[in-house]
Amino acid sequence: MANEPKSASGYEEGLKGASETVASFDESGRMLKKIHHWLHQTPSAVPMIVLIVAVIIFALLSDNFFRATTISTIMQQIAIVGIIGCAQSLVILTAGIDLSVGAIAVFSSVLMGQFTFRYGIPAPAAIALGLACGAAMGAINGFLIARLKLPPFIVTLGTWQIFLAANFIFSANETIRSREIGEQAPALQFWGNSIEPGGVKVLYAVFLMIALVALMAYVLRQTAWGRHIYALGDDAEAAQLSGVRTTRMLIQVYTLAGLFCAIAGWVMIGRFGSVSPTASTGQLGNIQSITAVVIGGISLFGGRGSIVGMFFGAMIVGVFEMGLRLVGTDPQWTFFLIGVLIIFAVAVDQWIRKVSS
Amino acid sequence: MTPKTIFSAVLAVSSLALGAGGALAQDMTSACLITKTDTNPFFVKMKEGATAKAEELGIELKSYAGRIDGDHEGQVAAVEACIADGAKGILITASDTKAIVDALQPARDAGILVIALDTPLDPIDAADATFATDNFAAGELIGKWAAATMGDAAADARIAMLDLAISQPSVGVLRDQGFLQGFGVELGDPARWGDEEDPRIVGHEVTAGNEEGGLTAMEALLAKDPDINVVYTINEPAAAGAYEALKAVGREADTLIVSVDGGCPGVQNVQDGIIGATSQQYPLLMASLGVKAIAAFAADGTMPAATEGKDFTDTGVALVTDKPVDGVESIDTAEGMDKCWG
Repeated sequence: MANEPKSASGYEEGLKGASETVASFDESGRMLKKIHHWLHQTPSAVPMIVLIVAVIIFALLSDNFFRATTISTIMQQIAIVGIIGCAQSLVILTAGIDLSVGAIAVFSSVLMGQFTFRYGIPAPAAIALGLACGAAMGAINGFLIARLKLPPFIVTLGTWQIFLAANFIFSANETIRSREIGEQAPALQFWGNSIEPGGVKVLYAVFLMIALVALMAYVLRQTAWGRHIYALGDDAEAAQLSGVRTTRMLIQVYTLAGLFCAIAGWVMIGRFGSVSPTASTGQLGNIQSITAVVIGGISLFGGRGSIVGMFFGAMIVGVFEMGLRLVGTDPQWTFFLIGVLIIFAVAVDQWIRKVSS
Repeated sequence: MTPKTIFSAVLAVSSLALGAGGALAQDMTSACLITKTDTNPFFVKMKEGATAKAEELGIELKSYAGRIDGDHEGQVAAVEACIADGAKGILITASDTKAIVDALQPARDAGILVIALDTPLDPIDAADATFATDNFAAGELIGKWAAATMGDAAADARIAMLDLAISQPSVGVLRDQGFLQGFGVELGDPARWGDEEDPRIVGHEVTAGNEEGGLTAMEALLAKDPDINVVYTINEPAAAGAYEALKAVGREADTLIVSVDGGCPGVQNVQDGIIGATSQQYPLLMASLGVKAIAAFAADGTMPAATEGKDFTDTGVALVTDKPVDGVESIDTAEGMDKCWG
């Protein structure tokens, strides 16, 4: 019996003749998988591609579109929504939603203005107070949601009305004029200042928005606190079991969101010049910020997406609005296209989730 | 006392109370004021005027408003409440001038006097009377003023039109078309804006009548044509927004802004040279005249009469400017401040 096996003298000997390739996945549909994997790793990729395509199309359609001044105008038009979008992104990443963001922003701007002009508080102190009030409004949301376990949608639906009504009652619908603010409290208009590299005006507000987005992108990706937000949004119970203090985290997130909204309120004064309690942001800020967030690829179900994507989402809306205006179409087409994009974005989100699970 | 006597006693007392309540309600004529919103200073002032007059004439006034400009459902619900409440008259500033007609017909059928304030209904005879500013005339005044101020340069003007809303509500169309006619632009269909073919018009944008909208709209038009030198605005908040956009590109000094409304912050902006001229309207007067008409109607069925030659009661308009021009009657800002509202 020439082939009679001998008992193996070591592990290596037993491996003789076995396949030497490493275990691998089935390679069918590799391209799609690669794209999918890339999209999974880079949640801001889809909005970035849409943004680039939109810019190219509008640049072809209108001579005036792809100019530095037009682009900088678009940036200043989305400054407020971009900052409120930071607040909304944080909240939505925890699988919540904040309908009161616009109301907090407008109310905070009114508080800063009235503290200065009605009570004679020096502008820097009034701004600090206004920021604190915004954070406090966010904290109220957080307390009701985290401690009393009420659904975020319902809580912020209620506080949206409450903050907006308080804004009208407190201000008696009075507008503080740009000139008075410029003469007596220019600090309120700080973010309306600009630099002009090469004759192109860029508002401080635009730099602030970019800085806040960059800061939050860093915090969310690189800090434990940021990673906990994702964990909380993905599966709150699992996060709690693994030691994340979910209640405290939620209150912190909503408070921080309130602070961001108040910063947006301060920026509003700079951009609009005046302080007006009837600013459309109070009614529409929530929808605009949610639109930016969703188009930007942040999942409404929490735990997925990046704040940079939100920034691209806001840019897309701004580019559509300006581009369609320059082309000269009916403004309703803007809303039409944004609606299509929202559904497209949610479909992409679902697709990525489905394949990855 | 048996339960039965207690029961009848309670019944007797409550019927007495009900009777007294009914008698009180009958003594007092009641009226309704329905505005587009109760947050816009124009309507705040209108409500003040109506309330003051109602107190003076001993009329019980109930005020309703839509939640936001354009909240038609809210106004319909208010009309229904007024009918149910047995009001003698309804003063309404309609959000949707065509659709509200159907809701108001049952009120008129029930013998309620319906008066449109500020915004004429469509058709105008859907209300028993209309107390309003002649918005076309208001626009025409600022158009004439702008043309006269520019002189020969008006022939090559670059005009920005900052309108109210894309639904083209009558008040916005009338002011817009009035301005263009006053400026010397040939109109297309006077019932809508945007169909003019004059090359001097850079474009029409909508503002929702607030600073934010005025600013964004002006930025868009400046992107289209940086040489704009005349800006028509639907109202003074939109004008303030447009000014910020012009200031941002350093064009505020050589651009003429005109507007309509005559609110106190607006007149002050005229004083400060931010707005060149504005047409002032008088919401307090509209409201007080409306309440007076309801009182007269309740007393002996008198119907309010329209201004001669017009199909509505004209509550007047005045051009407010500190730079008067020949051929256009105007008042200065000091007088404008005395009569301003909001």
